[in-house]
Amino acid sequence: MPDELLSRSFTIHGRDFERAGEASTEIKSLLKELEIDPAVIRRTVVIAFEAEMNVVMYADEGTVTFVLTDEDIGVEIADRGPGIPDLDLALQEGWSTATDEMREMGFGFGMGLPNIRRNSDEFSVKSRVGEGTVVSSRISLDGAP
Amino acid sequence: MKLAEIAAALSCTALTPADGVADIETVVASDGMSEILAFPSPGAVMLTGLTNIQSVRTAVVADVHAIVYVRGKQPAAPVLELARDKGIPVFTTKLGMFEACGILYVTGLKGAM
Repeated sequence: MPDELLSRSFTIHGRDFERAGEASTEIKSLLKELEIDPAVIRRTVVIAFEAEMNVVMYADEGTVTFVLTDEDIGVEIADRGPGIPDLDLALQEGWSTATDEMREMGFGFGMGLPNIRRNSDEFSVKSRVGEGTVVSSRISLDGAP
Repeated sequence: MKLAEIAAALSCTALTPADGVADIETVVASDGMSEILAFPSPGAVMLTGLTNIQSVRTAVVADVHAIVYVRGKQPAAPVLELARDKGIPVFTTKLGMFEACGILYVTGLKGAM
């Protein structure tokens, strides 16, 4: 088992556009202090940021949990919300159910989940309609995806 | 190309402090923040018409060096405060996205995508 070095959890509130991204930027600061490879930091924080935006745009509330071990970084985002009826569609780049308001915020172009998957070494998403969604990502510390 | 040269080429006004000496090789341009996040280019200049707080958070996450808001847009004070706090120089230009991109393209700067 890899040794856990650091873990943090952040609560994300649905519709709170102003604070969306705070957890991700805090994760970035923590990883920079630990002198993790900048490319690994970037991938981790893109995952966390897109996940935060998904919670803010679509869910009521969610938790971003970040775990650093001596081998990898895990990011899990579990939300309470409407869920995703068709995961295959949601993972297609460009497919989106975003409103105009969300697009005016610069998000909701059907890139969120694809960006999370692209930056993950391991990726899974589970969803129950009417209950919520859990997105799990793992990023290896030792190189490219 | 130096940041100061880019700012001059676009007739920018600086909204936060910038020494302008950074060497810039790439430019990313979009109003869609996920587009910027999909192809991060560390050290790039980001051109955007999106002036909300997420534009600065995107710049932080994507390791963008500086932001240029196009079409004369000016972000609100808290947005500029976050940029200052994160050490990201911010400019505004009256040029539209197309004109700004065209001017920078002919100088030899590259896109990130």
